[in-house]
Amino acid sequence: MPEPRQNPHFDDPAHSAVAATGAGGATDLAMSEGETLERDPSVVFGGRVPDGREGTGPSAKPRSLWSDAWCDLRRNPVFIVSALVILFLILISLWPSLIASGNPHSCDLAKAQQGSQPGHPFGFNGQGCDVYTRTVYGARASVTVGVCATLGVALLGSVLGGLAGFFGGAWDAALSRLTDIFFGIPVVLGGLVLLSVITSSTVWPVVGFMVLLGWPQISRIARGSVITAKQNDYVQAARALGASSSRMLLRHIAPNAVAPVIVVATIALGTYISLEATLSFLGVGLKPPTVSWGIDISSASPYVRNAPHMLLWPAGALAITVLAFIMLGDAVRDALDPKLR
Amino acid sequence: MPATSYEAVMSAEPDMPGSLLDVRGLQVEFRTRDGVAKAVNGVDWTVDAGETLAVLGESGSGKSVTAQAVMGILDMPPGRITGGEILFKGQDLLKMREDERRKIRGAGMAMIFQDALSSLNPVLSVGDQLGEMFVVHQGMSRKDAKAKAVELMDRVRIPAAAERVGQYPHQFSGGMRQRIMIAMALSLEPDLIIADEPTTALDVTVQAQVMDLLAELRRELDMGLVLITHDLGVVADVADKIAVMYAGRIVETAPVHDIYRAPAHPYTKGLLESIPRLDQKGQELYAIKGLPPNLMHIPPGCAFNPRCPMAQDVCRTDAPPLYEVNEERRSACHFWEATLHG
Amino acid sequence: MGRYVIRRLLQMIPVFLGATLLIFLMVNVMGDPIAGLCGERRCDPATAAQLRKEFGLDMPVWQQYLTYMGNVFTGDFGTAFNGQQVTELMGEAFPVTIRLTLVAIVFEIVIGIVLGVVTGLRRGRPVDSGVLLLTLVVISVPTFVTGLLLQLLLGYKWDVIDPSVSTDARLDELIVPGLVLASVSLAYVTRLTRTSIAENTRADYVRTAKAKGLPRSRVIRRHLLRNSLIPVVTFIGTDIGALMGGAIVTERIFNIHGVGYQLYQGILRQNTQTVVGFVSVLVIVFLVANLLVDLLYAVLDPRIRYA
Repeated sequence: MPEPRQNPHFDDPAHSAVAATGAGGATDLAMSEGETLERDPSVVFGGRVPDGREGTGPSAKPRSLWSDAWCDLRRNPVFIVSALVILFLILISLWPSLIASGNPHSCDLAKAQQGSQPGHPFGFNGQGCDVYTRTVYGARASVTVGVCATLGVALLGSVLGGLAGFFGGAWDAALSRLTDIFFGIPVVLGGLVLLSVITSSTVWPVVGFMVLLGWPQISRIARGSVITAKQNDYVQAARALGASSSRMLLRHIAPNAVAPVIVVATIALGTYISLEATLSFLGVGLKPPTVSWGIDISSASPYVRNAPHMLLWPAGALAITVLAFIMLGDAVRDALDPKLR
Repeated sequence: MPATSYEAVMSAEPDMPGSLLDVRGLQVEFRTRDGVAKAVNGVDWTVDAGETLAVLGESGSGKSVTAQAVMGILDMPPGRITGGEILFKGQDLLKMREDERRKIRGAGMAMIFQDALSSLNPVLSVGDQLGEMFVVHQGMSRKDAKAKAVELMDRVRIPAAAERVGQYPHQFSGGMRQRIMIAMALSLEPDLIIADEPTTALDVTVQAQVMDLLAELRRELDMGLVLITHDLGVVADVADKIAVMYAGRIVETAPVHDIYRAPAHPYTKGLLESIPRLDQKGQELYAIKGLPPNLMHIPPGCAFNPRCPMAQDVCRTDAPPLYEVNEERRSACHFWEATLHG
Repeated sequence: MGRYVIRRLLQMIPVFLGATLLIFLMVNVMGDPIAGLCGERRCDPATAAQLRKEFGLDMPVWQQYLTYMGNVFTGDFGTAFNGQQVTELMGEAFPVTIRLTLVAIVFEIVIGIVLGVVTGLRRGRPVDSGVLLLTLVVISVPTFVTGLLLQLLLGYKWDVIDPSVSTDARLDELIVPGLVLASVSLAYVTRLTRTSIAENTRADYVRTAKAKGLPRSRVIRRHLLRNSLIPVVTFIGTDIGALMGGAIVTERIFNIHGVGYQLYQGILRQNTQTVVGFVSVLVIVFLVANLLVDLLYAVLDPRIRYA
């Protein structure tokens, strides 16, 4: 053998056959080939340069998927910016009074629709409330809905999808049909139908609705990645060694199947915030007195001609929030799966 | 329709001085995020008409990159040709315009790839893919091109060619797919074929069949062949001469039989000694110690020195030139004489 | 192939029944269909009871569902409470929404694919980064905000379009609403095409095509695009259903009297038969679109066809 390194084909009977009988007493250098290329990124082959990020070289220590992804993220400006924006949003949704001293419900009809003036940088809305204060306070509803809906969807979806993928069979078939049914219902329509009859002004009906219609998406992802992880050699090996189902699922499969779920959930968080605003805009999402960007945009839309500032500020805040979550998800996905670049 | 556009490109030089293919001092590098990888560092290849050159070497030795540079299918960027010339029938391909080079590809020189399944387009029928050569290079109608495709498939001995011409690559077996690759490469009867590990991806039992077919058709059409391989057995059967590459350089070139008898470079020697032999059953296999070098940090001096059993101080400081062993042989080792006779 | 189609059609049945049942339950269990009939006031109990009987609402929900579905299969989608046939409403609303969806799909195909191909072939260049950032922004800004902004700018500020669409909903009036409806999907199509192209440019068969001496344009059109667009086509196909369902927001902003408008009215008035009827048709559209996409996939990719 040309190399003393561990040869992955060494135990492979097909390859041993090559060495023993190989065409005309030939040996097969391929045993030393191939592996080198995939492992050593500095080797350039076939005109393709392996992705630079794996450039650990033979001397560097191999890093795990997660620490590798973290190293990548720390250097990614998109990740840093979006993470800072999200931190800021969480901060002001917990303590809005940090940056807004006013009360979002104290309004002065005399000032309705007035533009920017000292102390009120964003002007006033149709009821004469301070747009700046309301925009700051609106973050709480959006972030709460986004985070709670995502947690609910991720939990329900990954448990159901993961179990279906792991056990397969009738469970899996039933769940697949069920997800098909939920996929068949357009989300905004479902929201209109379900939420139109609810009078509660809290965020929970909206969160509940999103979990109800959102879980199939995550469950599909989780099912797929569990099935992929299940086929890995080390999982088969663990099974052969007699590991119990729960141990295999928790120790071997879950850590490897969770990455896609996290990525999709992060991106979904952004879309849930956007969905909440859309539903509120249609009048079925959150309801006053809850302060929400969607409600403010909706109530501003009739006056958009004369006082566009009433619409632009909450809309801008909404867009930046959604953008931050989507970019964060995008950055995390790139870090976890360099192939998708 | 003999007047191909390819001939129009090459007609500037009707008589061919020297070799069919003459690669001189070729240098290729790749720019990656982590630095510049020097994949090819001054390689010379010479192939005469009707001659077979076997190129040996591990991954990253630059053999495939050189082949792709010759074909002009290197991905640029990240690849970059930084020096040297590629003379094909006496004309420097690197000085040609892209549209001229394109006409040479397929018609003047053609390439066979390792993995036929991924190298054939999955959504086009094999007939379409074979016929395309005639449609593009000779302006043939699609109907005539299809007839040509059937003819070619017959020629590479695919049974029931007329019925199978409309089928897709995944419907063929590995060996049959590689025959289709060969048919495609030979379709316009080029002067030079570059085969990049044409049998590596195949089952052992069909490897020999495919190799024999390739060798036979090469003889029939009297083409030059560059055979990139690591199968030393195949090399002995079909090659006229061998070039051994290491870290983007040629370390030894020689007529095929000389090299088996007495290698003039420690790396070649290591390769030959690592062939398992039936008469040495029970003995430990020889292995070249260490790893191939990182192309971003090629060791100074002789690139092979960290793995070489004969390395001296001079090997760590001075890069050996290609010493002339005899008229037909070259070796890039300071101690080639000792290697040759030891 | 035939058996595949039949299997898929059979699979559609439970999904259709499940989805319509879900909607039916949502409407009936969650709300009181009678409540909307008497306007702002509460109905007096006698009238309510009579109305219930008249509309069959005194039966258990499952029986109502079965009766309703039985009627649907005979082409009777019931009557809206204002006396108009639901099918009549559909006849007015669907052509408008279909036209709007078509405009949106054309935008997706033309702009989305072109941008995706351009950026996919120029990865890492300024065009690529610019378009990528733009797609992220478009995805992030909710459709209703995009719609309101375009309406503000084009309709009121620059006076390029009429801010609200007439009841005819002519094709030229639908261009801007169509763009709004398409916007998010458009961005997805661009990104999907880009990724697909980027992956396939490195594929071995593209290298082979180059080695065959094909002109660059032919390599791209015949080899690269043909393969790269398969996932894009499937995305656009499945998006048809989503677009028609999502049109409700766009139709609201531009005052288009399509499916979304009728549904919105139906929901406001708690008109069960209108809502369930329209949603059922939308579900069918969605399922049929998905089926067609699967068949199209088989046509485009011989590996599926002969699998």
